[in-house]
Amino acid sequence: MAAKIISLNLKVWRQNGPDKKGALENYRLENISIDMSFLEMIDVLNEKLTVEGKEPVAFDHDCREGICGMCGAVVDGIAHGPEKETTLCQLHMRHFQDGQTLTIEPFRAKAFPVIKDLVVDRSSLDIIIQAGGFISVNTGSAPDANGIPVPQHKAEQAMDAAACIGCGACVAACPNAAAMLFVSAKISQLALLPQGAPEREKRALSMVQAMDKEGFGNCTNERECEAVCPKGISIRNIARLNREFLRASLLSDEQG
Amino acid sequence: MSWFTQTIKSSLGKKYIMSLTGLMLGGFLLVHAAGNSSIFFGRAAFLSYAGHLHGLGFLLHAAELLLLAIFLVHILTGTILFLGNLGARSSRYAVHNSAGGRSWGSATMPYTGMVIFCFILIHLFNFHFTDHSRTIADIVAEVLARPFYTFIYIVGLSGLGLHVSHGFWSMFQSLGISHPKYDRVIRACAWLVCGLITAVFILIVLLLLVNSNILV
Ligand code: FES
Repeated sequence: MAAKIISLNLKVWRQNGPDKKGALENYRLENISIDMSFLEMIDVLNEKLTVEGKEPVAFDHDCREGICGMCGAVVDGIAHGPEKETTLCQLHMRHFQDGQTLTIEPFRAKAFPVIKDLVVDRSSLDIIIQAGGFISVNTGSAPDANGIPVPQHKAEQAMDAAACIGCGACVAACPNAAAMLFVSAKISQLALLPQGAPEREKRALSMVQAMDKEGFGNCTNERECEAVCPKGISIRNIARLNREFLRASLLSDEQG
Repeated sequence: MSWFTQTIKSSLGKKYIMSLTGLMLGGFLLVHAAGNSSIFFGRAAFLSYAGHLHGLGFLLHAAELLLLAIFLVHILTGTILFLGNLGARSSRYAVHNSAGGRSWGSATMPYTGMVIFCFILIHLFNFHFTDHSRTIADIVAEVLARPFYTFIYIVGLSGLGLHVSHGFWSMFQSLGISHPKYDRVIRACAWLVCGLITAVFILIVLLLLVNSNILV
């Protein structure tokens, strides 16, 4: 079967550096196979730009199989593009029409400064993770399997939360640029398990404090994050974070 | 910083404040709607309700002050959150789109809040800070017989309905009350409460436009 070919009009955000002014630039791409991924389509654009002696579009990527959380851009106003539960690298061009115009912008948030074009600095998410600190586990020889009982459904919920790849699409999609879905997933994956219990309160307090300090917005329960999350993380985790923080604020022994 | 100030200064703490004050304001709305529905039973019923309310004397004044305080905290915290959220996105998207999470209610919360605030001011000047030499039934009948006020009240009440349509569910979510076991119940109650309150108030307004004799 002959591969189907489409052409596209692209409007891509070009910005030379963090303090430079950016703007949308127009490009026309022909002969895009619908079997390509979105990132491969940008590769084609970049080859074309390079041949023309122009600066290629900078964008983040690594695994290109939807597991590392490195890729991400906003396509026509939707983080990671129009397909549900799909990272940009796993989004294929068959979901687009021949002749379609696509606007590609970086994830926008004060806490995510643009480094160049579509590349943003998401280290604020790492800072939140660091604020979460450690969990206490015994080192030494491998523990007995099932030495610590974990109910199956709790393990499932923790695993669902741990599916978060930290791409930051939730922040990009949130009308308030809040990082609640990310933080709630990270809090949940440990709060649900006995291994996370000893530092449970400290973790909730410190991670929320770090989140506020990094300049993320405040959650107003708009549910846009859940709708764009490539890993389908549910806002039920945000409710859990709200509980965890309330519990920690009221019950923790840490002196404020 | 004490644990308390630290909590209420955090983003989550502010949401707890919004939820708790929102809950109290919602409770007030229910009582207000229940009381006002005495208008459906005519002048005597309405005046007797108003009489009983004012018979509370000192208690009523205390409740009014408390309500004012709750309002101010809700508005102030909401404004801080609104401004903080504007600042959290330094550059705007060229293309705006929704992936399907937002509702009309959620997307307009700060704006419906402002509409409600203006509406409450008008409402208070209509019925509270006014010449009380006549009975409240006469004042209400006179004000709401005018189509201009019908329009203002319907705009204000629609804003209220939209605000509560998101606020009621959001309140539970912000306090961490979410579980597959009772999520549906919460959502159903949200629509019920929102629909009930808005319907009662709007019906009163429309009733008094077409038939102000009911209060004479
Ligand atoms: S490049 Fe790794 S998730 Fe897309």
